[in-house]
Order: sequence, then C-alpha cells, then structure tokens
Amino acid sequence: MPDAILIKNGHIVDPSQGIDGVGDILIKDGKIVRIVLQSDRATVTAAQSHYHTIDATGLFVLPGLVDIHAHLREPGFEYKETIKTGTMAAVKGGITSVCCMPNTNPVNDNKTVTEFILRKTYAEGSCYVYPIGAITKGQKGEELAEMAMMHEAGCVAFSDDGRPVMSSLIMRRALEYSRALNVPIISHCEDMSLSEGGVMNEGRLSAQMGLRGIPYASEDAMVARDIILSELTGGRLHIAHVSTEGSVRLIRQAKERGIKVTAETCPHYFTITEDAVKGYNTNAKVNPPLRTQRDVEAIKEGLRDGTIDVIATDHAPHHRDEKLQEFDKAPSGISGFETALSLSLRLVYEGILTMSQLVEKMAIISARILGIDAGALKVGFDADIVIVDINREFKVESEKFLSKGKNTPFEGWTLKGMPVITICKGKVYDWRQNE
Amino acid sequence: MKDLVGIKELSRNEIESILNTASSFKDVLKRDIKKVPALRGKTVVNLFFEPSTRTRTSFELAEKRLSTDVLNFSVPTSSVVKGESLFDTIKTIEAYGVDFIVMRHSSSGVSHFIARNVIASVINAGDGINEHPTQALLDAFSIIEKKGSLEGLNIAIVGDILHSRVAKSNIYLLSKFGANIRLIGPPTLIPDMADHNVEVFYEMDEGLKDADVIMMLRIQMERQGKGFFPSTMEYFKNWGLDMRRLKLAKKDAIVMHPGPMNRGIEISSDVADSEQSIILEQVTNGLAVRMAVMYLLSGRG
Repeated sequence: MPDAILIKNGHIVDPSQGIDGVGDILIKDGKIVRIVLQSDRATVTAAQSHYHTIDATGLFVLPGLVDIHAHLREPGFEYKETIKTGTMAAVKGGITSVCCMPNTNPVNDNKTVTEFILRKTYAEGSCYVYPIGAITKGQKGEELAEMAMMHEAGCVAFSDDGRPVMSSLIMRRALEYSRALNVPIISHCEDMSLSEGGVMNEGRLSAQMGLRGIPYASEDAMVARDIILSELTGGRLHIAHVSTEGSVRLIRQAKERGIKVTAETCPHYFTITEDAVKGYNTNAKVNPPLRTQRDVEAIKEGLRDGTIDVIATDHAPHHRDEKLQEFDKAPSGISGFETALSLSLRLVYEGILTMSQLVEKMAIISARILGIDAGALKVGFDADIVIVDINREFKVESEKFLSKGKNTPFEGWTLKGMPVITICKGKVYDWRQNE
Repeated sequence: MKDLVGIKELSRNEIESILNTASSFKDVLKRDIKKVPALRGKTVVNLFFEPSTRTRTSFELAEKRLSTDVLNFSVPTSSVVKGESLFDTIKTIEAYGVDFIVMRHSSSGVSHFIARNVIASVINAGDGINEHPTQALLDAFSIIEKKGSLEGLNIAIVGDILHSRVAKSNIYLLSKFGANIRLIGPPTLIPDMADHNVEVFYEMDEGLKDADVIMMLRIQMERQGKGFFPSTMEYFKNWGLDMRRLKLAKKDAIVMHPGPMNRGIEISSDVADSEQSIILEQVTNGLAVRMAVMYLLSGRG
C-alpha cells in the first residue's frame, strides 16, 4: 500500500456522522486522516502527486461492512473453509469485519481456541475477525462456558448458534452472567423438539415434497421465550437470522416495551422463499429454513421500520460433496459473503431502505451491538472501506467465489450493484481488474 | 420420459398409457408361459436401502418376466456401510452399464437426486415419505378393473397419511382423474393436501358414507411413542376398519391395503378376508404395472 491514498469524488455515506454526499477521503498509514465533502466547498489538494488516487466518481464510498454472523470453519473443518479463504471472500463481498460462530472443532468454548482463531487471523486473515464464544461448554446447553476469560481473550459476543440452548434455566443464567461483561447473547431461536427431523419450512410445500417440516412456531416460540428471559434478567439479547413473520412481530412488541433486544436477518430471508428447494435443491437448504412470501414481506417491513437492526450473512460454507447428497442428509447453510451486499442493495432499489439505512444495518449497528471500533468512516479509524458501483451488473457464478463454499441458491442470478474496491488492513483490492 | 420419480411429475396421458400397457401385460401373465423377450439384453439393478419384501419381489419378478438381467443390491453387504456416499455408490453401479435403477430409500427426493445424475432410467420404488408411484399406478389399475373408471368415485384413504408415500402418490394420481378423495384419520397424521382436492374427516363413520373404495394404510407401531396417537387400541376404535364400518360404505365398495397389514390395528381380519377385499389382486396387478413402466421407459412403447 502506498503511504497515502486519496479517494476522489465518491458519494460518501456514513450516517453515524451524518455524512451523505460527494467528497474525498484521505488515508495515511492505513488510517483515515481527512474527509472533505464538496458541500464544504473544499477538496483535498495538497501535494497530490504523492498520493495513490482512486477515482470514485459515480461510485458509493461506504464503511467496510461488519458481519455479525458467519462461519469460518477453522479450526476443524478446513475442508469447508479456512480463516484465510473465508476472510478473503468476505473482503471481496465488501466485508471488513467478520464475527465467526463457535461451532468449530474443537468448539470455541475456551480462550485457547479464541486465541488460536485470532493468531490465525493475524497471520493469514485479510480482514478483521471477532470471535463469538460458545455460551455453553461444547455447545451442549448444559454448563456455561468460561465467558469472561473468552471475553478477555477477544470474544465479542456469545452464542450456541446451530445448537440452541434448550434449557430455559441455562439461557437465563447466560443472559444474567453476560451482564457483567456487557456483551450480547446471540440466540439461534429454535425449539428443537418442535423441529425434530425437519429439513425445510413446514407447510403445503413440505407436505407435497414429502420432506419433514420445521414450523414457524419452532422459531417464534423461542423468540418469545428469549425475549421474556431478557426482560427478566436485563441481559442483552440479539436474535440471530430472523426468518418468520411471527418473530418480527414479537421483536417489534418487545422493542416497544423497551426490552434490550436487537435482531438480524440474512439476505436469503428477504430475497427467496421455500420455493427455492423445489427439485430437492440442497443449496437452498438452510436453517432456519426459507419460508413463505408472507414472511419475506414481514421481514422487509421489519427492516424498513427498524424492528430488524442488522443484515448479517450467516455465511455457512460447505464442501461440494456434502451438498451432493440426499436432501435429508445434506448440511444446512448458504455461502453468503460474496452475494450479501448485492442482494441487500435490492432493498435500496425497491425503496425499502435508503443507502444510509443499509449502511447502518450492514456496518454501523452491528459494530455498535458488538462494541467494536469498526463500521464507520471516522478520522482516526482504520481505513476499512468498500467502494460500490450500484449500476454494475454481474452474474453469480459460484465457481468464481473466493470462498471454498460454492453452496448458493443464487447461482446464475444476475445482480445489480457490487463492491468494486475494498480497502482493508492497509491493502487495496480492485475487483474490476480480474474481470 | 426417462425416469419414473413420482406421480406428481406425470401427466394424465402418461398415466393412461402406463395403465393401458399394463393391461396388455396382464394378459401375458395369464398365459402358460409368462416370460416375454421385450427387454432382453437390458440390465436392471434393484437398489433397496430399506427392507422390503413385496415391492422388491414384485419388481424382480416383473424384470424377469421381461427377460432383463437382474442385479440385486442389498444394503448390509454393500459399501454404503463402509461409508461410501450414495452418489459414489450410484456412479459405481452406473459404470457397470445398467439401464434401469429401481430404488427404494428412506430420504424423500432421492430418486430426483439420482435421476439428475445418471443416464440410466430411475424408477422410484418408494422415497421417504414422498412417493411410491408404482403402488399408486397398480392401485388405480385395480380400481379401474373393478369400477370401470376413477372419475367421480368416492375414495376414502384411511390412516397415517402424513408418513405414507403410498397415500401421497394415490392422492396425486386420483386428483388428476377427478375422483372425490376423502382423507380419514387423526389430525396428527393428516398433512396439508388442500391443493389436491381432498376432503378431510376425523370421524371415520362420516367419511366412509357412500364410499366406493376404501384404501387402508399401514399404521407403523413406532408412531405411537411419538405422540401421533396414544395407543393402538384407541386407534383401532376410532380409525380401524371393521365390518360395522364397512357397511357404511356402498354395498359394492372395495377394500384395498398396500400391505403388510396389521390385522386388528387398522383392519379387522374379517374385513381383510372378505369378498370386498381386493388386497391379493393388488399384488398380481403390481407385476403387470411394473412391467409396463419398464417397458415404456425403455422407449419400446
């Protein structure tokens, strides 16, 4: 990286500072040193020849995205993804901070694993990684893991993602205990007894395909329980990957009542429905499952009115062989890093969110929930920046993903709007060069 | 048509053509020498990943009657237990140059998955709780034999419809032919089939009124412990077919069962052995229908 970079003439959006206009950003030694808007009737001109200049005319300049929910698979499942390949894929998707879920092998339920992840990231990561520790030892839902020690080692939140804490008592204790650390408990809301054996949304389509369903009640019931426990304990609850209309309604009510709850959804939950699994397409198998058009509409409304705070990827890469199996047997998950921003931009085109709101949901609020210094274009912050061409179209071709996970239900889709340049950890990636 | 993965995927015309062809094969089966050279030189592999006696025997005999070379693949001795993926198992078998893969498996959608990945014709002999298309075809054949057609008939399907691939395939087939389908059983065992022109009855007596056909389904004992119904005794009391209930249907109503039966649980012995029961004829017709399916898939039709 050159000592200094000047991003010229881009449309800078950072609602955390009320910025939404054309201007320039000056970066020195990997840090943002100046932001000048044209409305200030000034430009950065001094000694321009020493700068590496990026012409961002006609492009949006946004804070690097903060993904609160992803799976990097290392340690233990390096055949699916590694910290090296996962963070590279994230950067390609405009994501510069990634939170990785603890369902690795061994589980990230102690500080040794947390430290391993951070060391690996330091050595091989292309972006920042913030580990999420397990709530319970081995994600078994029985005994609390050493949350304080993991927090000290670098965990920013706790979750038993994928293996929800079924015991209400343990969940209560986790929410209570987490108050000492002021960290969120991220809940994958699913009543496992209700969804037993389920592999897709329960409804008419599951009946017709002969696949066992996961009813919406399986999510809603746990969302309700966790909201009540959050109210009881005062613990910070963050609800992962909202997929149902009922969850949106419950979270909206909880917020109206002042309960400390935040929520995320993922691009697939507001873009496609259960119809995507027709033909037993294992690349559309995900947990929670893709739901109905009604749920999609409710989630969009939840994003619009602020009920849903964050858009996360739930990037869940799997090996090709694992998806090339019986539908029942194939693992759940979508490789999401490299399509998330483009799919979310559709919300801007549809008028559901403004660009500022999108930046809030994909960077600012997630950073705030996690309490990390990221997701904003602030002077003095690391220069984590994504430059987006909202008019550029591209075709989703999983073979070109940098992620090892080629499992996407969006194969062959033409999407409009893509990150053209990502700046992270002092490096500039121009994705247009490889086209 | 390359494969038979389900009734859902078939048109009315295709079904009719299978039933007509089956009719010719049934004539063949009445002859002294029942073997025809129709598919000589073709190879069939029967891949049964679930225990099955009648369907497997029926397919094997149908294949032999058509003069194919038959390969039986049973799970306990296969490489599946050594951890091989289904995909690799199938690709290995395909490399032998087989023309047909007849497949039963506990995962719904498996035949779709395999059909997409092989050149051979795939015949679904039952996939999970999805479909069992040849059973529905033989059921339709048997009903038409007795009643002339399917249109306008009152057909009651009784029992565990949720977990029954036989019931699903029958619903798809009968709804394509304008039959009045009644689903009878406890609410815990009736899936949402509202797209297929069905009427649901929790009261068996009501549902059997004026029925032309009563299709009983096998109740699997393990459902009892899962909370679908409290006991087999209570089940039989509410949804079992006995002589009193049989009398609620039309006088000439026929009783069917895909087998194997649980006498005294879903059907009483006297009903199973009555004049109105066509359970054994179903078995004979199964042969003719399966011969027809293979014959048509081979492109000889």
